[in-house]
Amino acid sequence: MLSQTLYALPFLAEGFALTLWVSLLVVVLSLIAGVLLGVGLVYGPAPLRWAVRIFSDTIRGIPILVLMFFVYYGLPAVGLHLQSFWAAVLALTLFKTAQVVEYVRGAVASIPKGQSEAAMAIGLTFRQRLTSVIFPQAFRRFLPPWINGVTDAVKGSALVSLLGITDLMQAINQVIGRTYEAMPLYILGALIYFAVNYALSYASRRLERRFAFIRD
Amino acid sequence: MGYTLNFNLIWRHFDKLWGGLLLSLELAVISIAIGIVIGLVLAVWYVSAGRVMRTIIAAYVEFIRNVPLILLVYLVFYGVPTVIDLAYSAPTSFVVTLSVYSGAYLVEVFRSGLEAVPRGQLDAGKAIGLTPWQRLIHVRLPTMLRITLPALSNTFISLFKDTSIASVISVPELTYGAQWINFNTFRIVEVYLVTTAMYLVTGYALLFALRLVERRFRAAR
Repeated sequence: MLSQTLYALPFLAEGFALTLWVSLLVVVLSLIAGVLLGVGLVYGPAPLRWAVRIFSDTIRGIPILVLMFFVYYGLPAVGLHLQSFWAAVLALTLFKTAQVVEYVRGAVASIPKGQSEAAMAIGLTFRQRLTSVIFPQAFRRFLPPWINGVTDAVKGSALVSLLGITDLMQAINQVIGRTYEAMPLYILGALIYFAVNYALSYASRRLERRFAFIRD
Repeated sequence: MGYTLNFNLIWRHFDKLWGGLLLSLELAVISIAIGIVIGLVLAVWYVSAGRVMRTIIAAYVEFIRNVPLILLVYLVFYGVPTVIDLAYSAPTSFVVTLSVYSGAYLVEVFRSGLEAVPRGQLDAGKAIGLTPWQRLIHVRLPTMLRITLPALSNTFISLFKDTSIASVISVPELTYGAQWINFNTFRIVEVYLVTTAMYLVTGYALLFALRLVERRFRAAR
């Protein structure tokens, strides 16, 4: 009975590779966009702050699935044609970016005001205050929740299966469509996702402990 | 480009969205109610259990938290009936999944809440002669609930958003209604604009209401 599933293993492995690829793209792109927008939210001029605030609160207020359908079906309707793969990556990246913005804001806000005042008192410029005083400390506060959120990206990537992209989730459904071995395959899939995410959250706990101290 | 917005078809089929929103809320409310029971029982059990039971509860929590919800939804709806001779509807299947899912998150919430109850309160309870059961009901749980209320409201709002996943097994909630209108009228931009607005307004209204409840209970201390 399981032999058919064994034949499908290379196919599942391809799907798994795509899951990792989507997750990696989303994590890296959202990190770049999120840090830029997050710094804009904290230090930018008022119009930028408002724009980022509205972006973040809107995106975080709707289900990822709705955002994904909006991007996937909506962009072609207004004349923008993206491959389904990139539409999916774009939607997941938008969602993750909004989260990263909040991690950045929280991390910077957690640095005591005295730090910035002390830096000012010894005559550091604005840029120096950021790069040598605020950011190095905020980084410690940013890292644990961010790494924790990486598991959300891996889990969220399973939604791309709904756009006909053959990630691990979709590969599992396709194999089930042929073999009707639903339970063993779903459990196998769950174990694969579990293994990846558990390893990631284990790493994040280690890092959290390592960066736990902060000089007030 | 050159897309002209036309909401007429959306309003004509608005019952699909409105009915969907109500079903989304219903799914979220029932699931969190069951999830709270699962979470409370397992959290109380966890703090007083031996190593074996702790490992089992921790395994449940870690497993659920590290697997995509959509996979769990498929597993319960398409997988479980192939091994157990049970027939259930898609909404029932989804509520079961979301309850077990939220339960895993709430065990963690309640467990850390129980650990945050000040030691002095328990000692005081002991000093006035309350039994362990009375201490649990009258001292630990009320204090713990007050501590965990903010986390509880956040969980509820994220569950409300998670109900959109029910659309993959054709439960006619809000996202399903949106897709139906998308495929049948092709007023794509309009339907997702309206759906987004509905999720946002409902989500923030819930958040606002729950924050009021939290403030009330904080003041009661």
